[in-house]
Parts: sequence; C-alpha cells; structure tokens
Amino acid sequence: MTVTELAASCGFTIAAQADPDRPVDGCYCGDLLSWVMGRAQADCAWITIMSNVNVVAVGSLADVACVILSEGVTADEKLLETARVKGVNILYSEKPTYETATAVYRATGAA
Amino acid sequence: MSESLTFTYDVDGEDFTSAGQASVQVKKNLRRLGLSPEIIRRVSIAMYEGEINMVIHAGGGKADVVVYEDRIEIVLTDHGPGIPNVELAMKEGYSTASDSVRSLGFGAGMGLPNMKRYTDDMRIDTEVGRGTVITMTVRLDA
Repeated sequence: MTVTELAASCGFTIAAQADPDRPVDGCYCGDLLSWVMGRAQADCAWITIMSNVNVVAVGSLADVACVILSEGVTADEKLLETARVKGVNILYSEKPTYETATAVYRATGAA
Repeated sequence: MSESLTFTYDVDGEDFTSAGQASVQVKKNLRRLGLSPEIIRRVSIAMYEGEINMVIHAGGGKADVVVYEDRIEIVLTDHGPGIPNVELAMKEGYSTASDSVRSLGFGAGMGLPNMKRYTDDMRIDTEVGRGTVITMTVRLDA
C-alpha cells in the first residue's frame, strides 16, 4: 500500500507530498527522536505528536515511508517545505495516536 | 585498490534547527556512491546522533566521513567539555540534556547507545576540559 492509498484509506490529510507512491510497511509510534531512530524500521509509517523541524531530519535518516502527526497536531510551513525538499511525506491525523496506529494496522495488515 | 573518499563537515553548535544537515548530506553522497539503503541508514543515523550530541553538549564540532573500499569511518571531533563518565553515558536512558532540549524530543539518553548499535565499532577518546573524538566504523563487507 502506498502513502497516498494509506491516507485515503484512513482519512489522513496529506500535508507534504514528497514521495506519494512510496510503499508503507509497518508502523511505529514514538516522540523521543533518538528512541525512534533506534527502534523504527525503514519504510514504516512513523506516528508522532512532535512537530519541530528535527522530525523531518529523523524521518529522512530513519528512512520511514511517512510521518503521521496524530492528535490533530499540525506543522508550520517551514517544516512542510523542508519535508518536501528532503523527500519526507507528512500526513495529518485528527485521531489520537492509538487510533491512528490501529487505522494504519487495519489498512496495511502489518504486524 | 586502497583509494578513499573523504567528506568533511562543520557542525554549527548554535543552531538546533539546522542540526542534521551534515547527516542528510552524507546520506545523499552515499546514495550517489550506490551503497545499500541499510548501510546508508546506519551511517546517517549514527552520524546524526553524533551531530546532535555536538550541538547539545559541545557547541559544535567537525565531522569527517571517509569511505574506503571495505568500510566507512566517521570521525566526530569537538572541543566541548568532554565526557566525565563514559560508561554512564553509554547507558540507555542516561542523559544530561536540558529541559529545553528534551522538549524538542531529544535527550532520551539514546544517542551514544544508538551510535554503538548502528556501527560495527565505536571508540571514544575524551578528556574533561579538552573535548571528545568519536570514531565509528561501518563495514561494507558484512
């Protein structure tokens, strides 16, 4: 399932579309950036409530398929522009983190 | 062949928002060299953690990335306060970062452990009041 298909399936908003056809494999939830870099798998959807610009660097370096800002959190335009330049997809979810993760799980069937 | 390719970066100690620029640049350069995504991921995460540490603790520094035929070496050099207790600093969850740094999502006490986790070898040469040199190696033939 691609990032675009995931967004459509789960009702997420695409805030920064950098690589819309990138496949999503799995999901990781976390807000401590080093913890995420230590544990998140490449190609996963990373769910966080952090919205500072370092999230883009972590998303890029950890090589995640997309970053989903949950709980209705949004990012400023500077972050979104940086994400487009660095090839990081950013999605918004109005749902709480747990529900966002279960929606990703149902959509992708990932364990 | 014993040729190597060296990339050198200055890490700005003042600017938290630009932290990671050197790592992202390394990622791009390694991708151009045709290295595997997993190797690139390991090198760039290890380097990013080092970069962040230099910004948080040392007021910046220098990063040298040397690509050899069989390995990549990352050498991070700073003239910060040094690490008084390396064994403690290597423990997951131990951090001396400030609350403001933590509010950005850093300071989880995972920086040095992640650097070790993602590299095949890591050496720390540090002296209080003088600075720290961290040398990490990622093997390409593993």
